[in-house]
Amino acid sequence: MAVKSSEIMTINMGPQHPSTHGVLQLILELDGEVVRKATPHIGFLHRGVEKLSEHRTYHQVIPLTDRLDYLAPMSNNLGYVLAVEKLLGITDQIPERAKVVRVLLAELTRLKSHLVWLATHALDIGAMTVFLYCFREREVITDLYEKISGARMTSNYFRVGGLSADLPAGVEQEMREYAEGMPAHIDEYEGLLTGNRIWQKRTIGVGTITAEAAIDIGITGPGLRASGVDWDLRRDNPYSGYEDYKFEVPVRQEGDTFARYKLRLDEMRQSSLIILQALDKLKPGPILADCPKVVLPPKQDVVNSIEGLIHHFKIITEGFKAEPGEVYVGIEAPKGELGYYLVSDGSAHPYRMKVRPPSFINLQGLPQMVEGRLLADVIAVIGTLDIVLGEIDR
Amino acid sequence: MSDLAIVEKLKAKFSSEVINVVEFRGETTVTVKKEKIVDICAFMRDSGGYNLLCDLCSVDYLGQAPRFMVVYNLYNITTKERIRLKAPVEEQGAQIDTVSTVWGTANWMERECWDLMGIDFVGHPDPRRILMPADWVGHPLRKDYPVQGPDREPYQGRLS
Repeated sequence: MAVKSSEIMTINMGPQHPSTHGVLQLILELDGEVVRKATPHIGFLHRGVEKLSEHRTYHQVIPLTDRLDYLAPMSNNLGYVLAVEKLLGITDQIPERAKVVRVLLAELTRLKSHLVWLATHALDIGAMTVFLYCFREREVITDLYEKISGARMTSNYFRVGGLSADLPAGVEQEMREYAEGMPAHIDEYEGLLTGNRIWQKRTIGVGTITAEAAIDIGITGPGLRASGVDWDLRRDNPYSGYEDYKFEVPVRQEGDTFARYKLRLDEMRQSSLIILQALDKLKPGPILADCPKVVLPPKQDVVNSIEGLIHHFKIITEGFKAEPGEVYVGIEAPKGELGYYLVSDGSAHPYRMKVRPPSFINLQGLPQMVEGRLLADVIAVIGTLDIVLGEIDR
Repeated sequence: MSDLAIVEKLKAKFSSEVINVVEFRGETTVTVKKEKIVDICAFMRDSGGYNLLCDLCSVDYLGQAPRFMVVYNLYNITTKERIRLKAPVEEQGAQIDTVSTVWGTANWMERECWDLMGIDFVGHPDPRRILMPADWVGHPLRKDYPVQGPDREPYQGRLS
């Protein structure tokens, strides 16, 4: 019997496919069910954040950063304010309480982001129960967000020099209870997935990438650590006081989807430990740096004195100026290294702001991870890359 | 003065290429001529251990010559050090060699840089637009490109 020559079929996946996590379009060239070539098309959510920021004052950019990785807004805020503080040279003037609250919320955000990742990743592969459980826990974090910043997703909470407001009363206790309860919840997810044979078949050996290939393609964060590279910016280039916390950086060697799954769960356990440490460190104190040229005056002064009102008015309308120079700050966001490159020309606006979004770079590894594998694996790999299109397209 | 040993090595190896070295807020920026950028980047990767290209982007200094600056933010995963390379690119022609042969990750970054800033990366394996639609005219991140978009009145703020 003659062997039939294979025929390549090109199909379109996305941009409105539910498992592409937003508006990602993939052009897949299939030979039967085997992916021969995958071409991602992005840009459907391009809003020009970098261009817009050149026309705003430094403070006015913070709300734009919320909308990059909208599953982890506090991390985006944190990276940006750290970059501006470095540009201004006020990094060491940030009060202790502000630093601790930043760490606290950055780790809470990591939990929030990882919960959505696990929920949607499992749902894409067919495990719906996990989705419901994860969103149950995520809901608590969004409620905490609302109490702290007033918004459930676009928090806009950190400010250059500190925080926009102090933590409301009672929220610390809620966070403590939540962080203490988190390991039990993670055990619950693991009980549903880790030993599950369907889950294992769909994830073990799928989307494998070696450490060399991952570094070459620029993959950072959990994706790189699951390939055996022991590198975490929180430990290796600490910022916002991370050097004072004890935590482990989970590393795995396999580099497949299952390894990334286990690694992110381990990260969540570590995050809840960091939250508890941060709560222990949290002492009353100022939440804004003593830099009158940069930070807004206390509301009390604004309503009671003409000097305070003028001060407030000047910072709101004119912003503050940064001396000419350029800085790059990278932080360990839930999805990898989130970098902000800021160029100042001495005016009150960033001359150029470049965001280095982890998802954008990580997505670049997708073709390498799926080519030669089955169509169904594409879904698993998109899930395991943990992409957010808001940050890819900016 | 930079405490990074690689800067001295780079100066010794490419003495005619290094334009200047700037320290700002503890970050080292080395400006080099664009002609041998691929060799310099390969040297940074192989001899300097800067195995991760964190970011590649460009800045438009409209009104200055050369007009553009292509910026490479490098990271050494072993020593956890950062360094920044910059290469000036003149307005006429606006092109520089691709470094996607040195770091695979440069592929999309250079596509983005071409798309938004209009800098041509010579030898790029896949020179297409990435964020803007394929038929878009112009490069939005250039300083002479209006923020509200082409053929539109600038936003004047709310009238009420």
